[in-house]
Amino acid sequence: MLQFLQLVASGIAQGCIYGLIALGFVLIYKATETINFAQGDLMMLGGFLGLTGTLALGLPFWAAFAAALLVMLFFGMALERVVLRPLLGQPAFTVVMVTIGVGYLARGLVTMIPEWGTDTHVLPVPYKDQIVSLGGNGTEGGLIMSMEHVVVIAVTALLIVALYLLFKHTRIGIAMQATSQNQLAAFYMGIPVRRINMLVWGISAAVSACAGLLLAPITFVHANMGFIGLKAFPAAVVGGFGSIPGALVGGLIIGVVETLAGFYLPEGFKDIAAYIVVLVMLAVKPNGLFGENLRKKV
Amino acid sequence: MRFLFKTDYRQDLRLFKHGGQVFWYGALLLALAAAPWLLPDYWVSQLIFVCIYAIAGIGLMVLVGFTGQVSLGHAAFLAMGAYTEAYLQSHGWPFVLSLAFSALVAGATGIIVGLPALRVKGMYLAIATLAFGFIVEEGVARAESLTGGNAGKMLGSLEVFGLPIDSDQRFYYLVLFFLVLVVLGVMNLLRSPTGRAFVAIRDSEISAQSMGINLARYKTTAFALSAAIAGIAGALYAHKIRFLSPDQFTFLQSIELLMILVIGGVGSIYGAIFGAAFWIVVQQLIVLAKDWLPPAIGQQTGLQPTVFGLILVAFVLFEPMGLYGRWLKIRTFFQLFPFYRKGLFRRQKSYMKSERLK
Amino acid sequence: MKPLLTANHLSVQFGGLKAVNNVSFEVWPNEVFSLIGPNGAGKTTIFNLISGLYRPSAGFVTFEGEKISHLAPYEIARLGIARTFQNIELFEHATVLQNLLVGRHCHRHTGWWQDLLFTPRVRQTELQFRRTVEEVIEFLELQHYRDSMVAGLPYGVRKVVELGRALAMRPKLLLLDEPSSGLNVEETEDMGFWIEDIKHDLGITVIMVEHDMGLVSRVSDRVFALNQGEELALGTASEVQSHPAVIEAYLGGTEDDGPPPSPRPAGGGDGGPPPGGGSEHV
Repeated sequence: MLQFLQLVASGIAQGCIYGLIALGFVLIYKATETINFAQGDLMMLGGFLGLTGTLALGLPFWAAFAAALLVMLFFGMALERVVLRPLLGQPAFTVVMVTIGVGYLARGLVTMIPEWGTDTHVLPVPYKDQIVSLGGNGTEGGLIMSMEHVVVIAVTALLIVALYLLFKHTRIGIAMQATSQNQLAAFYMGIPVRRINMLVWGISAAVSACAGLLLAPITFVHANMGFIGLKAFPAAVVGGFGSIPGALVGGLIIGVVETLAGFYLPEGFKDIAAYIVVLVMLAVKPNGLFGENLRKKV
Repeated sequence: MRFLFKTDYRQDLRLFKHGGQVFWYGALLLALAAAPWLLPDYWVSQLIFVCIYAIAGIGLMVLVGFTGQVSLGHAAFLAMGAYTEAYLQSHGWPFVLSLAFSALVAGATGIIVGLPALRVKGMYLAIATLAFGFIVEEGVARAESLTGGNAGKMLGSLEVFGLPIDSDQRFYYLVLFFLVLVVLGVMNLLRSPTGRAFVAIRDSEISAQSMGINLARYKTTAFALSAAIAGIAGALYAHKIRFLSPDQFTFLQSIELLMILVIGGVGSIYGAIFGAAFWIVVQQLIVLAKDWLPPAIGQQTGLQPTVFGLILVAFVLFEPMGLYGRWLKIRTFFQLFPFYRKGLFRRQKSYMKSERLK
Repeated sequence: MKPLLTANHLSVQFGGLKAVNNVSFEVWPNEVFSLIGPNGAGKTTIFNLISGLYRPSAGFVTFEGEKISHLAPYEIARLGIARTFQNIELFEHATVLQNLLVGRHCHRHTGWWQDLLFTPRVRQTELQFRRTVEEVIEFLELQHYRDSMVAGLPYGVRKVVELGRALAMRPKLLLLDEPSSGLNVEETEDMGFWIEDIKHDLGITVIMVEHDMGLVSRVSDRVFALNQGEELALGTASEVQSHPAVIEAYLGGTEDDGPPPSPRPAGGGDGGPPPGGGSEHV
């Protein structure tokens, strides 16, 4: 039983990562109805920025963390302005292809940057190798979690609360909601739709970067770490594409199922658990757990 | 500008609309047939890859370009075709039979992968196909007794009707034959009710069904055909490479096929062929360029993805109709000279027509 | 004579909203039957119920004496029911000719493998299809647009192409959803002539949803008025227009003796939004 809980706990930590990337997908999907296939690669860039911040610039970890988020915020906005804005109003497929191109570009260019390259890097964090034990008496019989996992969960929770407040209680958040409901109407009501989209891309990039920085101490930083984003798609679908809490819940489900499958099922199932879950979900409830069910009117 | 005076409905059913087309396509076929005699072996080998990619691309085009269903897992069908061919060949099946069976197996897989398409659309379907792609990839790696797993599987030498296909020259003719066959088949499809039903589904599902089109049946047909064509490409690929391993059929391979379509131009057979040719040429150019670039850039493994990423973004932004669209524009420019207007092919912009409601 | 189509106590609910509530009517062969009513009255919903896009929550539809409410949309189309849409649902990236040829889809006899080989049989049916379609093109005077892409056509022409696509099916029953919306006065005139010709020359029964009372009174044999999903009145155009319940529904007032809805409501050409507000999309 304890072992099971132990697995669930680490699954939750992993799920938070998926959830954060899925959150990035969902934010962009809500605003522009397209999927950003470069989401994982934005996460990878975040990881590398953290690396440069701590190692090359010698910043303290949390300062580097914040700096990386800020840089990625502007990077996401720039990306929207340069690459995506000209495609406003084009079919989703077009935009998907351009983000795939951006992903390729990011993965390729990273290998050409000195210090980054094709190697795997370790991101030094102050909370490395610490252990937290929950419940039980002292060190025995309790649930043991590594500090990395605890930080992942804590930061994710903080981020979700921050985003919730942003969306519910600020002018800009409400403008974003209006835009995602009906772009044209929002535009006529005087909401600067383009600037809102730009901001959404920025926030989405920053959220992904956050996932990258949280994941880095658990795995490594390398050019292909963004492929983990492919497991965040299922997370977003399970939650119901377009639902922010759904993204997180979906991420958690995928994370936990994957961890359990890795332990209890034969080898190989861990890697495809996420995809099996999503196929089952699509068969049972295509709109996901929190998805909206709309049909075309004629 | 050419004016066609039509006097018979049959004229619109012809594959070639006028004598000029017959002449130019004939010349093209002749040039392709002569290629092995004129080009060095290395280029013949590359031409083979162009043909194989073009076949796979046409397969994907049937699905994406004509039926409007996205597939992010097409490499799975290539894998099914390739491994079925390898397995059957090692069990002594003659090529013609094993190839047909490979197409059949891939097509059957296509039907299974297409099942979600009956319920979900757009992005959800994309993710479902992506999931199937990963599952097949993993399955191939695990089914070691059939596929050799991660260690790979070798193929024996190929024989067609007793004729050993032992050189790239001979294999090139074989591949070219299948490319022509596939092109003709798909062209036939497009001028007949099935092809029109595909296009109808792509443009409006609601009115397609109100016109009596059984959505489930035609979507399944599109998936099966598309997968079967990809299966043929996979089987040919297996014979070209002669060594199969699961990492040849990854998610990235599926994405590359989509990139080929976008670069070539979505929505026409030309697009798939142009895209495939462009893809191989650029790959070769990158190999050539490596010696000329500073090592910090040229020797990096990231060079190829960078170039492809850049090309893809550039195409979507500046030439969304792809190479075929560019060719149409150039042709129209000369035909209408000097009356060509810049906006002639401009895309229609719609202010976010919600996909959620489709 | 038996009715061609009947609606029997049809009801449909979306959540708590009763979009159509216990509606019954009969449509006789070779008549033009119009559905009128303010926006949100449930007219298009009735169309969607007939063509199988929605399932009724109670009641059923019969066509030529058979129940059809359990059938899929494509099966209903094959029985000979064609329709057009309020907001034009054409195949945008295909030519007018191809759009019309899709209308012949129900009448194909070949499978995909025959199409793949383009067998003589496919060629033969294609030629037959083409002849039928050319008749429609001639009927609707679309010759000029035959090879144009739909995406580039003006609204009025698209509306005609959509009518043509439905006619290419050679249906027994034609459902026209606001045939005059978005058309100018002249185009509406033409539409009126065509509907009359469709009835007289082609012998096709027409059910029409329309706001333009001018067009309705000109072509309709009978008019069915409904409001908020319920029947108000049934009769000839002038009978329905002078029916007190109809007048009340349009004017929203409780006073007696209000004027009937004018033959051409505000907005003229585009059918005009009659009072009542709300969205017609139901």
